[in-house]
Amino acid sequence: MVYPLQLFGKEMESMKKNLLATTPGIIVVGAAIGLIAVWLQKLGNPANMGICVACFERDMAGGLGLHRAAIVQYLRPEIMGLVLGSLFAALVTREFKPRGGSAPLVRFVLGMIAAMGALVFLGCPWRAILRLAGGDGNAILGIAGLATGIWVGTLFFKKGYSLGRSNSQSVVSGALFPAIIICLLLLYLLFPQIPGEPKSGPLFYSLTGPGSQHAPFIASLGLAFIIGIIAQRSRFCTMGAFRDLFLFRYAHLFLGLAAMFAAASIANIALGDFKIGFEGQPVAHSNFLWNYLGMVTAGLAFALAGGCPGRQLFMAGEGDSDAGIFALGLLVGAAMAHNLGTASSGAGIGAYGIQATVIGFLVCLLIGFVHSKKA
Amino acid sequence: MHTIDTRGLSCPQPLVLLHQAIAENTSDPMDVLVDNQASLENVTRAAEKKGWNVAVRDEGEGVFRLELRR
Repeated sequence: MVYPLQLFGKEMESMKKNLLATTPGIIVVGAAIGLIAVWLQKLGNPANMGICVACFERDMAGGLGLHRAAIVQYLRPEIMGLVLGSLFAALVTREFKPRGGSAPLVRFVLGMIAAMGALVFLGCPWRAILRLAGGDGNAILGIAGLATGIWVGTLFFKKGYSLGRSNSQSVVSGALFPAIIICLLLLYLLFPQIPGEPKSGPLFYSLTGPGSQHAPFIASLGLAFIIGIIAQRSRFCTMGAFRDLFLFRYAHLFLGLAAMFAAASIANIALGDFKIGFEGQPVAHSNFLWNYLGMVTAGLAFALAGGCPGRQLFMAGEGDSDAGIFALGLLVGAAMAHNLGTASSGAGIGAYGIQATVIGFLVCLLIGFVHSKKA
Repeated sequence: MHTIDTRGLSCPQPLVLLHQAIAENTSDPMDVLVDNQASLENVTRAAEKKGWNVAVRDEGEGVFRLELRR
């Protein structure tokens, strides 16, 4: 059947049903994410880390014992909430669609590189925004790096970069990533944190450091679930925000990102948590060059994979197993970043952070060139 | 009739293909095949911004044909 869209002016009919996909809609969603993130910080999450997909995947890797950095081990319910919220929204709106098969191993490696680059800076794009909203000047370098990396990615897209088409897959294939998430949720519930104990059953729990700072379980899961729903509906993406601006001069997604920053900034100022400066910022270091370059590498990896870490989780919740593979790459990359000494800390960059950043960038360039067909 | 098949392609490739097609063709009717709602919204938003009228035809099995007309 044909929908007479002209009857509805410039907005098409399906967008009438999906108000969050309009530009005012994504601004509301971005602002809501910014406010929820600051709220989670008030409820116990680390400073300027209300939600950080890279940091929280790193904490999950630690909680599972994939790395043994004692200060960053906690099975973050936020990650579960983001995926399950998206799954819920996709099922309700019949957008759940099992798909995949577009260069999965390349996506896994891009996920690993993205995690390692982000952990040189100490944050995914979401946390870069939250750090800036908390007054952390180092985030300017991170966001500049992110924009640079994404800009390099747009050069490949202009040359016809593609990892190939995905195909429809079985329900099992599409449901597997959400199922893994549900298993992690069950593990968390079966083996909850025992006060003062570093282990509960097979799970690791930090006693000090960022991994020990967390909001109550229900708040973490519930608030992230809400974000998962509204982000799935609006297609909120921090990488796409810059990419669409560079590639098409479209500000749609960027306005969502700007709203997230504005809302988090205002909330921080109102709560007296806005502390401007470069030194002594929470879970941050002030090595300008590697704050910048770490995020150049991560930004390029996000661009080549087609989404920021958050967006990848939402797409995985919709049944996109390629996005699920990327998210698992993030998890493994975050674990490797600590096992191999490439992750930064408040004291500065890791022993091998420079090598990881440079090698990761070169691998991304190789992936970009090989998958760009047209001249 | 020029048809752009974006099925199975992820962001931003449907829009890249749309922009290339619009750059070469400013008036002839064009169809764009999409297989997910995000692409449907993105292509429609972009085409309308460039002055095209867009009609959506449900082809079944999750595929939509976007009819771009001047």
